[in-house]
Amino acid sequence: MEYTILILLLPALSFLLLALAGMKMSHRVSGLIGTVVLGAVAVLSYMAAYDYFSLPRQADGTYATLIPWNAEWLPFSGALHIDMGVLLDPISVMMLVVITTVSFMVHIYSFGYMKGERGFQRYYAFLSLFTFSMLGLVVATNIFQMYVFWELVGVSSYLLIGFYYTKPEAIAASKKAFIVTRFADLGFLIGILIYGFYVGTFSFTPTETGLMQGAMMLPLALGLMFVGGAGKSAMFPLHIWLPDAMEGPTPVSALIHAATMVVAGVYQVARMFPLYIAYAPDTLHIVAYVGAFTAFYAASVACVQSDIKRVLAFSTISQIGFMMVALGVCTGAPSHEGGLGYMASMFHLFTHAMFKALLFLGAGCIIHAVHSNEMSTMGGLRKYMPVTHVTFLIACLAISGIPPFSGFFSKDEILTACFAFSPVMGWVMTIIAGMTAFYMFRLYYGIFWGRENTALHAEHVPHESPLSMTFPLMVLAAITCVAGFIPFGHFVTGDGLSYDIHLDAGVATTSCVVAVVAIALATFMYARSEQPVADALARRFPKLHRAAYRRFYMDEAWMFVTKRVIFRCVSRPLAWFDRHVVDGFMNFLAWATNAAGEEVQPMQSGRIQGYVMWFMAGIIVLTLMLLLCL
Amino acid sequence: MNILSLFVLIPALMLLGLWAARNLNQVRGVMVAGSSALLVLAVWLTVAYLQARGAGETAEMLFTASVMWYAPLHICYSVGVDGISVVMLLLSAIIVFTGTFASWKLKPLTKEYFLWFTLLSTGVFGFFISTDLFTMFMFYEVALIPMYLLIGVWGSGRKEYAAMKLTLMLMGGSAFLLIGILGIYYGAGAQTMDVLEIARMHNIPEDMQRVFFPAVFLGFGVLGALFPFHTWSPDGHASAPTAVSMLHAGVLMKLGGYGCFRVAMYLMPEGLAAWGDFFLVLTTISVVYGAFSAVVQTDLKYINAYSSVSHCGLVLFALLMMTRTSCTGAILQMLSHGLMTALFFALIGMIYGRTHTRDVRELNGLMKIMPFLAVGYVLAGLANLGLPGLSGFIAEMTVFVGSFEHTDVFHRTCTIIATTSIVVTAVYILRVVGKILYGTCRNPEHLKLTDATWDERVAVICLVACVAGLGLAPWWVSDTISLSVEPIVSQLCVLNP
Repeated sequence: MEYTILILLLPALSFLLLALAGMKMSHRVSGLIGTVVLGAVAVLSYMAAYDYFSLPRQADGTYATLIPWNAEWLPFSGALHIDMGVLLDPISVMMLVVITTVSFMVHIYSFGYMKGERGFQRYYAFLSLFTFSMLGLVVATNIFQMYVFWELVGVSSYLLIGFYYTKPEAIAASKKAFIVTRFADLGFLIGILIYGFYVGTFSFTPTETGLMQGAMMLPLALGLMFVGGAGKSAMFPLHIWLPDAMEGPTPVSALIHAATMVVAGVYQVARMFPLYIAYAPDTLHIVAYVGAFTAFYAASVACVQSDIKRVLAFSTISQIGFMMVALGVCTGAPSHEGGLGYMASMFHLFTHAMFKALLFLGAGCIIHAVHSNEMSTMGGLRKYMPVTHVTFLIACLAISGIPPFSGFFSKDEILTACFAFSPVMGWVMTIIAGMTAFYMFRLYYGIFWGRENTALHAEHVPHESPLSMTFPLMVLAAITCVAGFIPFGHFVTGDGLSYDIHLDAGVATTSCVVAVVAIALATFMYARSEQPVADALARRFPKLHRAAYRRFYMDEAWMFVTKRVIFRCVSRPLAWFDRHVVDGFMNFLAWATNAAGEEVQPMQSGRIQGYVMWFMAGIIVLTLMLLLCL
Repeated sequence: MNILSLFVLIPALMLLGLWAARNLNQVRGVMVAGSSALLVLAVWLTVAYLQARGAGETAEMLFTASVMWYAPLHICYSVGVDGISVVMLLLSAIIVFTGTFASWKLKPLTKEYFLWFTLLSTGVFGFFISTDLFTMFMFYEVALIPMYLLIGVWGSGRKEYAAMKLTLMLMGGSAFLLIGILGIYYGAGAQTMDVLEIARMHNIPEDMQRVFFPAVFLGFGVLGALFPFHTWSPDGHASAPTAVSMLHAGVLMKLGGYGCFRVAMYLMPEGLAAWGDFFLVLTTISVVYGAFSAVVQTDLKYINAYSSVSHCGLVLFALLMMTRTSCTGAILQMLSHGLMTALFFALIGMIYGRTHTRDVRELNGLMKIMPFLAVGYVLAGLANLGLPGLSGFIAEMTVFVGSFEHTDVFHRTCTIIATTSIVVTAVYILRVVGKILYGTCRNPEHLKLTDATWDERVAVICLVACVAGLGLAPWWVSDTISLSVEPIVSQLCVLNP
């Protein structure tokens, strides 16, 4: 499996090439370089996945963890050092497949979407950088390598959100994304430091003695690491950067802010999962509650947004909440009882990446056609854009949890795990799943049905996108249709043993019924050109509607903290203090020296009489002192 | 002849050459030849040093030589290098080399400017190769004085005020230093001025150490921008010409950290034990205070000066943590900060040379107008905020991992407070990048400006390559430094278990 290092090296080389020489190339050449390299990486990843899962299982029934490459990169002290390497285990191999597939599709799609844009080469360079960083993150052999690449995906995300760097909103959004995640990463870093110090290693698999020493501190360390994960995965209240991140080009939103980078937090929890289960089950439950609240919050906000990318952004936040919940409801119970959520979470991560990327790419086609993100400019587009329409519908059905699409299977496992944890959690998540179906179909009807914006469409007839854009849609739609039937439990499970996914009839029926009812409600409210019920509701509860539309004022709250508190109440006074007190004191010293000099100056008058007088006075004083002392 | 003496000899020859030069081209020729020779020499020294270590050389200092200079006071010209001084020499050579290119078009009085510039470099190189307290102090002074003229004559803005302030504050520091050095000399029995010898004897009475440790630490600390003696830095940097800012922030401020480590801490560990916590509080304040102050500044150079206060504060902070890892981190941070700050000041100088303003409110949309400089600025910014793959990350991480080795509440609290600076750093860096580089240019005058010329490109590319090289392949530097930090730290650890 030594060739897996190429999966990391190729995108890095492509980034270097495009970054250094990209501006000298034509758009087509630079795009082709990026895409071909990514295609090769995707093929390598599939090969790696195939090879890895064809290896015989170990004696205890699990797949072996392989580390084909590992080298010391930065030594700290005897036991602590950052290594760089490649680690293959079921989840990292699964992530390789997800990342390279979506990334490859996005590379192809961007050919059409970014055609003729200024900075096309730069765009492909950044995509390569991102893919490299994300792959490095998932194959990390130790927590510090993960952190290194974690920061790198953060900066790629920053660069890509701010791709349209002349747009003030894009600049603000990129800055916000970086700073909010940086703030969360501070938690991650301190968590790593605690982990490293008390357990004595940065590796994911510490020694027994290390664990004995560090057992007391592990819940704290893992909790702090989760803060970093929550920042990256947009968990409440650190989610505020993700909706704004939609200022980036849409394919970027599909790749980074829907399918791959935002699930890094989920992946991180999954990576540390054995430690959570054994040493910090309570911390794991905190993860579940944070995830559940976020899922609910984001779903309720998604119900009233009018910008289609924002609806999708909140839907992403909500779905990541599902994944977090699934991990969080795991317990140490034996066999597959306790660890079902782990499998469900990874399964949902996989299916969600595909259908959410599909939704975003579809949204990209729509935005490309109508030149706006606002739902009011759309409506009735199904006639103009058949391929986009059908694939978008498939994705909507999948995310709503309608069989036989992939989302149904993964969500069903999550709900089963939640019901096993506690009925309350199960019902809460079922209701949120219903909300998902509702807002997704509200979006779907708003775009493809409803009232057509004839005035706008007469001026500029919407049209289907070119093949470079529709082809990825079709591929992802095909994956969405069949992914549910992948025997996922054979590959990835909590304890590593093979497991046959079987549907819990009760849970499956309940969730289907809830989803169908929600879709029916959305159809009733939004399918026609007039929407009396929705309007009446908005009028009936204006405050609630406005609050939800403004995302329950979370952005304002953060703005208050940063602008008012930190900027005005900390930085300003500090800067003033520095200039006027600290520096003022230095200036005062200089002034005092000067003034003292001025004072003494008249004594050096040059008049002999004066000198003699002072001389005599001095002698008298000294003599008196001598006499008195003696 | 000792190879290290070449580091003083070459600048001396450059001074002669500059003095004899008749026109601008000859001046430039001398500067390029001399600074390239220094760079080659520094690289060669690094390779030779690594080879010697690889061959199993275990002495604390290599390439040592000593010549008696003034016997009654035991003043010698003694030189020698360990891993720390080797990387510092390399850093200085890089900065001098790039600084030459960054001041390629400087006018007027180019010849005189380069004369002082070279004299300053002589002092810097001399300081890093010296192992004799007095020689060290002498070179330290040689490095300080030219600063006064360089800022006062070739500076901008309130240059006379800034030059006077900087010189007076640093001179104040060196007055303390002189007292401290004499204290060490007499404390150690007035037998030798050699640092290694004094450290080996380790016989300075404890009560003397308690008095003289703060004097030496403060003396060097002023140059290392220790709170509250850092205020020369914003004014000084803002007024200094580009290459002087580069050399000053890049190398001269490192003299402070280096001196604190090699003289104050190494020779007076008991004094350190008594004063360490006090200074640790001051440095923790420096780290956070500098970062927060940088957030609201509007002058590019002020932002960078406060950022330097924060980053150099981290150097002293890491030294005072007194673990092997944290001290290695401190030296790495000196190296990294030197490179990235020099890059920053070079770019600010180039932007200022074109737009004639450094006010972030008046600059916008530079990315479209001068893409090369703008990309360089973004890279410098990312290095500054500690992006992996660039030098800032490895230094900061080594510092934090090392500082975390203390388990008591006091050190832990200081460490966690210091780590918060990484978030604040991101705030002020991205604020500036967003304001001046992105967006659309609103000043029609700026639209006509041109991108970097070849000499500027040399400086920028060279520094970016070093920043990235250090960030991508940190293991050898880290190992080299760690090995040399060991004897000094073990001296501290004997007394501070």
